[in-house]
Amino acid sequence: MPLHIIVTAKQVMDPESPASAYRVDREAKRVVPTAPIPPVINGFDENGLEAALRIKDAGDDVKVTVLSAGPSFVMDVMKKALSMGTDEMVLVQDDALDGISDSMITARVLALAIQKIGDFDLIIAGRQASDWDNAQVPLILAEMLGLPCITITRKVEVKGGEVVCEHIIDNGYQVVSASLPAVVTVSNELGEPRYPNIRNIMAAARKTPTTWSLADIGMSESDLAPKLQMLDLYVPEKQSQVEFIEGENEEDAGRKLAIKLREAKLI
Amino acid sequence: MADEHGVLIAGEIQEGRLSQSTRELLAHGRGLADALGEELAVALLGDDVGDTPKEAIAFGADRVYAVTDPILQDTPFDAYVTAIHKVCLEHPPRVILLAKDDIGTEVGPRLACRLDTAAAQDCLDVRIDPADKRLIAERPVYGGSCIATVTCSQTPMVAIVRGKTTEPLERDDSRQGEVVAIAAGLDPSTVKTRMTEEVAEASEGVRLEDASIIVAGGRGLGGPEPFQAELQELADALGAPLGASRAVVDAGWVPYSYQIGLTGKTVTPNLYITVGISGASQHMAGCSGAKVIVAINKDAEANIFKDARYGIVGDWKKVLPALTEQVKALG
Ligand SMILES: Cc1cc2nc3c(=O)[nH]c(=O)nc-3n(C[C@H](O)[C@H](O)[C@H](O)COP(=O)(O)OP(=O)(O)OC[C@H]3O[C@@H](n4cnc5c(N)ncnc54)[C@H](O)[C@@H]3O)c2cc1C
Ligand SMILES: Nc1ncnc2c1ncn2[C@@H]1O[C@H](COP(=O)(O)O)[C@@H](O)[C@H]1O
Repeated sequence: MPLHIIVTAKQVMDPESPASAYRVDREAKRVVPTAPIPPVINGFDENGLEAALRIKDAGDDVKVTVLSAGPSFVMDVMKKALSMGTDEMVLVQDDALDGISDSMITARVLALAIQKIGDFDLIIAGRQASDWDNAQVPLILAEMLGLPCITITRKVEVKGGEVVCEHIIDNGYQVVSASLPAVVTVSNELGEPRYPNIRNIMAAARKTPTTWSLADIGMSESDLAPKLQMLDLYVPEKQSQVEFIEGENEEDAGRKLAIKLREAKLI
Repeated sequence: MADEHGVLIAGEIQEGRLSQSTRELLAHGRGLADALGEELAVALLGDDVGDTPKEAIAFGADRVYAVTDPILQDTPFDAYVTAIHKVCLEHPPRVILLAKDDIGTEVGPRLACRLDTAAAQDCLDVRIDPADKRLIAERPVYGGSCIATVTCSQTPMVAIVRGKTTEPLERDDSRQGEVVAIAAGLDPSTVKTRMTEEVAEASEGVRLEDASIIVAGGRGLGGPEPFQAELQELADALGAPLGASRAVVDAGWVPYSYQIGLTGKTVTPNLYITVGISGASQHMAGCSGAKVIVAINKDAEANIFKDARYGIVGDWKKVLPALTEQVKALG
């Protein structure tokens, strides 16, 4: 039996895109793109893929499955996960997932899909998704599946039936372990995700993701009623009040800044 | 549940005293409880809670659940969730508040799942809707570029509240309150993770969270050297610690403990001086509570100038040494 790792990965709007590339639709309580910028795999999930592939590199028999849920997918974007060297991909695709920001619902979808996938040893997720910044789906998923959860890690290793992680804390890190199966979330400190190589890109081109609807995983209508309700979504008003300090040259401006800060009793 | 009542805070004890974040939560909770006309309770967990129940009452609690168990000595999250859940079942609250720190961010969502309700992470503000007594929370989303106002269709609602979003109340030792002892009776087998080692990496000196002045550097510094030289020199002259953007942490120029922002530290100094930082929303999410932001950036269009009070458009290589020299001259 191979060691089976499931990596959860969400397709999100590119968080590095300029502010002009999207706007807030206050009525619909949605952030909508205004420019045709392609979405990306959530950054921390790419770190999660890298974590899984490092375990695969270090082990003899490791299988990595990518799991994502959403209303629609841009295949060129999602295929990157396969091109990085993962083995399989499961997509839960359903119109009913459009606009879902309630973590309980998302975690339920992922839990049901994971149960349908069947055997697994480790679930790796990102620390948070850069759309709603909820940072809770993996924790709820772990609760639903009755599994241990280790969050915000920068190193993930599997040793003798256990997962051993470096969990980042305020002023350093802790080495934390748990028996498999377990859920782990990964942060960018894990390191850069690898670039797809030609061999993996070609292998990925031959792979077709398994696609399930909500009905396929046994999700019922009543599971879709959100508990978390959004009353408003807005861009906070900011009044620029910057005072530019100018001088004869840049050095002079620097000196004037010091004097200004002293006058304002800030230093 | 019809008999849900009041506000419950999941408190934290640090070195035998209430943590700063718990004192802040008590101020938030007092406001909510008064708006509801109901009680403010705090659960304090540990192998021994010492004098902290008295302290909690002095800082605003009406009632303290002193939850003790040997397993709670080093607060494993699994045990913490189970213990707080037990309190919620015995005394069902309408609102549950936790702090946005190592413990609260983990325990909050898991507790919400066990109570089959919703949690909201990283709340900047919490208030009560007078119409239906529901909790309403404001939280940054999309990297801090916008704010969502959320509530929960049922009770209780769990809110994980960001630090420094309010001041603790004045300590008043004449306040009266009730202390209820609860033996958690935890089963050690419910603790599923094991911590074997803790390694401190933080720099010595003032903690960023407590600093009144911070000097922060970004990718515009061009490499790790200026952090040790020019930037450090300004920081030393001001007696300030150094902070950084994620870009420079990712580049390995400084350790993660320097990172300020959405996925780094939240800081609230009086003066926040940025050098070569563009002002991405994810960075500003961690420093928007600063009283005065100063920006030194060569690009007049940089976002940072929208948040800054004072700005210099220029090359740090020229600005910084002159600024530092003048700061020293002023003494
Ligand atoms: C999910 C997510 C979470 C994130 N969390 C965080 C976080 O917690 N903290 C964080 O900081 N970022 C975070 N980021 C990253 C953030 O989006 C930005 O990429 C980052 O803050 C940019 O860092 P910077 O300002 O140092 O670099 P840049 O954006 O590259 O800015 C460099 C600036 O330096 C200026 N400059 C260049 N040369 C000079 C010179 N000689 N003199 C003066 N100025 C000069 C340039 O004009 C520019 O404005 C996150 C991103 C994501 C997607
Ligand atoms: N729709 C989704 N599909 C796949 N994974 C998800 C989805 N939503 C959340 N996740 C996973 O959960 C992590 C945390 O997301 P969140 O709690 O929404 O911030 C993400 O980094 C993903 O790994």
